[in-house]
Amino acid sequence: MLMGKKKHNSRLIVEPRDFTFGETAEDALLLDCGKKLKNVNIRYEVYGELNAAGDNAILILHALTGDAHVAGYYREEDEKEKPGWWDGMVGKGKPIDIDKYFVVCSNIIGGCSGSTGPRSQNPETGKLYNMDFPIITIADMVRAQDRLMQHLKIEKWLGVIGGSMGGMQALEWLRLYPEKLQCALAIATTPRLSPQSIAFNWVGREAIKTDPKWLDGNYSDNVPNRGLSTARMLAHITYLSDESMKRKFGRVLQKSKNYSFDFNRDFAVESYLEHQGSRFVERFDANSYLYITRAMDYFDLSSATGGNLSKALAGVKGHVLVVSFTSDWLFPTSQSRELVRALLNNNVNVSSCEIESPYGHDAFLLEIDILGKMISDFLRIQQEVSRNA
Amino acid sequence: MPDSLRKDLTERRPDLVAIADIIPREEGVRVLDLGCGDGSLLQLLRHEKDIHGIGVEISQDKIIKCIAGGVPVIHMDLDNDLVFIENDAFDYVLLSRTIQAVRRPDLLIQEMLRIGTLGVISFINFGYIGIRWQLMMKGAMPETKTLPDHWFDTDNIHLGTIHDFRNLCADTGVNVVREVPLGNSPFLTGLNPNLFAQTCVFVISRR
Repeated sequence: MLMGKKKHNSRLIVEPRDFTFGETAEDALLLDCGKKLKNVNIRYEVYGELNAAGDNAILILHALTGDAHVAGYYREEDEKEKPGWWDGMVGKGKPIDIDKYFVVCSNIIGGCSGSTGPRSQNPETGKLYNMDFPIITIADMVRAQDRLMQHLKIEKWLGVIGGSMGGMQALEWLRLYPEKLQCALAIATTPRLSPQSIAFNWVGREAIKTDPKWLDGNYSDNVPNRGLSTARMLAHITYLSDESMKRKFGRVLQKSKNYSFDFNRDFAVESYLEHQGSRFVERFDANSYLYITRAMDYFDLSSATGGNLSKALAGVKGHVLVVSFTSDWLFPTSQSRELVRALLNNNVNVSSCEIESPYGHDAFLLEIDILGKMISDFLRIQQEVSRNA
Repeated sequence: MPDSLRKDLTERRPDLVAIADIIPREEGVRVLDLGCGDGSLLQLLRHEKDIHGIGVEISQDKIIKCIAGGVPVIHMDLDNDLVFIENDAFDYVLLSRTIQAVRRPDLLIQEMLRIGTLGVISFINFGYIGIRWQLMMKGAMPETKTLPDHWFDTDNIHLGTIHDFRNLCADTGVNVVREVPLGNSPFLTGLNPNLFAQTCVFVISRR
């Protein structure tokens, strides 16, 4: 025992949990489209402990292809296992310190990582929903998270934090449940999806829908992987930047020193994208991709107030931190500014920063040092503010 | 903490303390501090008065300090971005020792009075006797404690005197509500601010 094998006892081990609601018509989740979603399962993970005062709960909201597994590992000893998607940010002694905070992250409805989505069983028919799954919105995702909040007996979040589509959810939290949060952190996001982003989503969905294996969404094990990986490759380009691609790949050829003079992969960047595409289809579902990108398309915080963003945010009580990145051209700083302006018009305590970064939209996952400092400082101050109130 | 902050600022940045003393004690006064740096002035105001304050800053490092100190701060460039703030959004718009570094001080003053009811501006008085003396004796651009950089690498591209500022206000329809000259000798400073004040705080309004 003294000279035992190298142990992974420093690993943070988490296990996914499930919460189900909506077995009756009254308890079902009423969606923006007017339909009701029954038998809703929410897959979630928790980290740290809720304190006696209940004032240390933080909700983390994941992006389009993220999931509830924000940090840590599932297994003690598995060399191949990768940690959660924001492991640098969440954990013991990390910026979102689970020794101080109780962190919750749930998989969105419509997703394919455990929460109810188009590949779940439709209780009405006993078959998979597929295209019978109702169209969902970002606000619907948030309403489902609110049900989880009630289930966990959390009265108020210290903070709701999200990047990209997670940021959209954080903004919906601000709009729908302003009294249920002390602060919101909206990172690399936008108050309404731009036509450019809608266009990218459209092309991605077309790639899936024109894959002969898609079968109007009724595919079985033979999934439309070509279409989904093409959608992913296209989207992945929008997460990078001209500069980060130059740095990472340049015009480097993948295998030989010369052009192949055919249409196979020559360049490192081509090979990288193909790799990203094929890895993605192993973990993501094509129908979920359709539903979630549609939810993003419909996201406009101001749609209920006739396009007036200030009015939409009139009820905001909490403090807000808005972060963007210089090289993010998917959700550029100009879109964060619109949000800041609307919050200022409502006399909200808002802070904003455009972080210098070459990593494009993906910077919110990569700029852990500087973003982490901002987040941990902001949360610390917000906890002081809430305790002094 | 507030006492030590006031003490520290009195030594380091007396103009900030003078500005803080100008802001009234009423509840919820809306204050925008342009070029707020590490947020010291807003910290002082928050501790001593019940204001609703927000800073504007262009430097990422300083924004990080503001956030760490709990001061709300917006990342913006004073030369371009103020247009995005609504008319009359603030009661007081502050600009401490920053006016000399912006591209068009005259336009910024107009913007300040568009978005705020009152403007409070502090700046280094280039008419101060010590500066005049250096220029006269050395024939070179002065380098002092408040102007530590060389003429070629300084951020201060629009240096002026109290006299110049008064003229600018008169020429552009800006009303000077109050002048608070700050110098070593209160007597001499009061006698001839343009000659004896190292810095000066002006409170301005629309005419």
